[in-house]
Amino acid sequence: MREFSYSRAADTAQAIQFADSRPDAKFLGGGTNLVDLMRENIERPSALIDVTAVARSISPTADGGLLIGASVTNTQLATDRRVREQYPVLSRAILAGASGQIRNMATVGGNILQRTRCHYFYDDTAACNKRHLGTGCDALDGVNRMHAILGASPSCAATHPSDMCVALVALDAIVHIEGSDGKRTLGIASLHRLPGANPQHETELRIGELITAIELPRLPFARSSNYRKVRDRASYAFALISVGAALDVSGDGMVRDVRLALGGVAHKPWRASKAEEVLRGRVANENNFRAAAEAELTDAVALRDNGFKIELTKRTMTAVLLDLAESAR
Amino acid sequence: MTIVDIVKTALRYVPDVLLPGVTPVPFKKKHGRIGEPLSRIDGALKVRGQARFAAEVPMDGLLYAALVHSTIPRGRIATIDTSAAEVAPGVALVMTYRNAPKMKAPQAFLEGSGVAGSNLPVMQDDTIHWNGEAVAVVLAETQEQADQATSLVSVTYSTDVAVTSFDLAKQRARHPDTVLGEAAVVKSGDVEKALVAARHRVDEVYQTPRYSHNAIELHVATVRWDGDTLVLHDATQMVNGTASTVADVFGIKAEHVRVVSPFVGGGFGGKTLWSHQILAAAAAKVAQRPVKLVLSREAVYRLVGGRTLTEQRVALGANEDGTLAALIHTGIAATTAHNSCPEQFTFPARHLYAASNFRLEQKIAEMDMVANTFMRAPGESVGTFALECAIDELSERMIIDPIELRRRLEPTKDPTSGHAFSSRHLSKAYIDGAAKFGWSKRCVQPCAQRDGEWLIGMGVATATYPYYRMPGVRARIRLDAKGHATIATAGHEMGMGTATVQVQHAADRLGLPLDQVTFKYGDSALPAGAMAGGSAQTASTLAAVAAAVEALMSKMLKLAGNDSPLAGLKVADVVARDGGLSHARDTGRFETYVSILARAKRDLVEAEEAGPPPLEFMKYSMHSYGAQFAEVGVNAVTGEVRVRRMLGSFDCGRILNPKTATSQFRGGIIMGIGLALTEETLFDERTGRIMNPSLAEYHVPVHLDVPEIDVIWTDIPDPHSPLGARGIGEIGITGIGAAIANAVHNATGVRVRSLPITLDKILPHILEHSLSTAEGLR
Repeated sequence: MREFSYSRAADTAQAIQFADSRPDAKFLGGGTNLVDLMRENIERPSALIDVTAVARSISPTADGGLLIGASVTNTQLATDRRVREQYPVLSRAILAGASGQIRNMATVGGNILQRTRCHYFYDDTAACNKRHLGTGCDALDGVNRMHAILGASPSCAATHPSDMCVALVALDAIVHIEGSDGKRTLGIASLHRLPGANPQHETELRIGELITAIELPRLPFARSSNYRKVRDRASYAFALISVGAALDVSGDGMVRDVRLALGGVAHKPWRASKAEEVLRGRVANENNFRAAAEAELTDAVALRDNGFKIELTKRTMTAVLLDLAESAR
Repeated sequence: MTIVDIVKTALRYVPDVLLPGVTPVPFKKKHGRIGEPLSRIDGALKVRGQARFAAEVPMDGLLYAALVHSTIPRGRIATIDTSAAEVAPGVALVMTYRNAPKMKAPQAFLEGSGVAGSNLPVMQDDTIHWNGEAVAVVLAETQEQADQATSLVSVTYSTDVAVTSFDLAKQRARHPDTVLGEAAVVKSGDVEKALVAARHRVDEVYQTPRYSHNAIELHVATVRWDGDTLVLHDATQMVNGTASTVADVFGIKAEHVRVVSPFVGGGFGGKTLWSHQILAAAAAKVAQRPVKLVLSREAVYRLVGGRTLTEQRVALGANEDGTLAALIHTGIAATTAHNSCPEQFTFPARHLYAASNFRLEQKIAEMDMVANTFMRAPGESVGTFALECAIDELSERMIIDPIELRRRLEPTKDPTSGHAFSSRHLSKAYIDGAAKFGWSKRCVQPCAQRDGEWLIGMGVATATYPYYRMPGVRARIRLDAKGHATIATAGHEMGMGTATVQVQHAADRLGLPLDQVTFKYGDSALPAGAMAGGSAQTASTLAAVAAAVEALMSKMLKLAGNDSPLAGLKVADVVARDGGLSHARDTGRFETYVSILARAKRDLVEAEEAGPPPLEFMKYSMHSYGAQFAEVGVNAVTGEVRVRRMLGSFDCGRILNPKTATSQFRGGIIMGIGLALTEETLFDERTGRIMNPSLAEYHVPVHLDVPEIDVIWTDIPDPHSPLGARGIGEIGITGIGAAIANAVHNATGVRVRSLPITLDKILPHILEHSLSTAEGLR
């Protein structure tokens, strides 16, 4: 770990002001990912701006949604009664991630911006375009069982490791951002990028911009939502794949609306729009769920070790939707 | 035949009474503390944080060390620039091959008395032998400064062609000289012919991956030179071997190296002598200050070997009555040119089953990697996976219960050595285990039981591990004027309850209450002790303590003299009880130790003895056994495997402490769950680099992976081992891989012959199973 300066921001304005004066500074939430990466010399900021004192509350919005401060801890969010009742997919996604100790430290903002667990990203002796653009990607022909099957590029096949973000994407969460140029919002599905030729750029955030809050729009049928994570051990393992879903089934068994997102399959939390499109207005049954999953995975590409993810994703999507349909009956 | 084989064969014809060790020192106590479920005597210390581990030893002027690792598997250091690191804040020394002291290469295991994991010279020239080898040691005033400065050392390499692909290495596979002293090939009859002619056949290849050591306590060396004497606070399973091997490296006398290791936070075969202790001592010598080197978790993966990968063939040819006409167990383990650790996976097949014809053969394939090493039941753990899966496959083909098949294969004498068994009650372990586990509820047909999304199955496999006892183990007993006994031997406490059981034993043997006995261990300055390996430390130490007690009693009787009620008695006539000695039958003839010493005006009496040579396991086939039962659920949607419950039924002689024993067995079983389902060291065959050197990415089982584990035992004493006990540290992990794999087959009909059993190996074969039991939605 290199030497760095540390300052603690009292409020958003101060955090942004600090960041403005130190272009290579990093905002620090719980530090559960950033500090690890600094220890590995992967992240080398000269300054850390602790924002954990900023935006620590969850409050209702005018339209019946929730506004979640970026420094709310993962534990605080997952155990919030309103979240558990209105957005169970989010609570369950968070609880499926990391460990109790880590969730007690980790913040919403930090969770969104956590970096991939690609083995070659973590090993600074390996070629990694994400760390050093132009060096290549050792994962493409290497150990890549955890890697992306959707949206990967010849430059990078890393996956986004967050469980929480999969739920946020399914819920169409809105990211509130503030920088020296002012405030703006972005749909969470637009925040993370696919790797393309520039895998070093993981989000649409500009230098010095801070995520201040996440807004969950009102979504009544999200009460019927779920998160399912498939992994190599029962706890404390990153998703091989995961599915976040909310399903609205009418009295006659038709899909009125559906939200589907996937984790562990791409460089970003993956909104399964094609599958949603296939399902809307169709009968809620196994065949249609499977057809929707097939549609979403049409473009999936397997690397040496991760081909199993394609069928695994399809089956898990189908099973999650079946569960939701069954509990709706 | 190896020399060991010849000795063993000769001993078969020598009567027991002529062989020391074969008949243990009799134990007259009927109702002592042995066999009681005593809590660990070091428990309170550990809970309070008062047990001081090697990384916690304070020293004045201590420097903290951090390492730079090589990034190529084979070649030379072309340039190494340490100038930036040398001037970094707090840095006291950057040591590389250019300024490291001249040191001899350490002797590896099975070379003389060496105990090093590898015999490579440590930091003596620019040669790189594996990806991750230490190329520089940075010493600084704080750990953070040392860590930071390692990033300022820049190294370039010239690369040589390396063998980092197992397929390539296999092409040059060869027989090792021996497999831990035994022959690499053991055969009888024309086994291939018998196999072809057999009525029922199984012939399969089984693969097991690399596994890395992940003891909770990281490897550490806190070292200080006092003139020419080195004090090494180590986390080790072998204080004596480490002292002598390190002494040889530095060209000093063995008594000039003192290795201290009173507490070890898990060993499992990995806490031996690796390069880090030597590097710490060398750096301390150059810097002329004490040094603490705590390996990072990553450094443990890079510098400390693990269980190697194997590829094993098991072929079984059975007659109609279920007896074996042919038993073939052959295979290859990856190893290096710098160690002798061939992963003895054929050992179970040498002793478990009767077969008319057999061929048991091991080869090694050398790779450029960190030297592989012992890990809990090396050989038997992965060997039982292959063998016991094959037995299960045979039982399926023969449509016979796998336990019944094993009963029919039960030999009357050791099938390869021809020796008599000292004590073998595997069938009883099976009968007891099956009853307790509810084996009769198992559906014979796979895929017959389902619980929601979960396909349920049961599996069983045999556990086995040899009995060993170390030669040359000594114990000293000092009995003071207050009647307090202190036992001293350079043994080890890695959390398994060594000290507790030894106190129980010594208290009983001396007729003292537990609190009148102290057990000193973990220090090479004490009489030579047993290394904590081969599940042999307890029995080895018991034999030494028993011998020392005999010697002490003899001295006490002499001291007692003619004025004592004990006058004229010999050791064989007396028993120890109530803090003194008594005639065995005439209980009125009794005198306390305190009284004897007081009359003799002595402050203490001391005796030191070695146990007899361990000839018992040369003359008899001595092994522990067990039946491992597993019930698993396999998710019909995802192929995820979760163990629902387990039971281990063991035949390990007399159980000395049911509480610590249960923990040992259970710990082994949990480690077996990791071996079977979750653990794998990811090795990039292009670079020879380990890619998941962290507890986040290397999956040891977590609490949620571990179900209820029941443990039972036969408790039948072995007539030829001290106290009738055989070791229990390693057997728990054996058979687990197969029991789980067999349960997965029973649940799904899928045979996974490659560990770990991850969902991707199951999923393609269970696609016909419906996702849901909700009929209305299909």
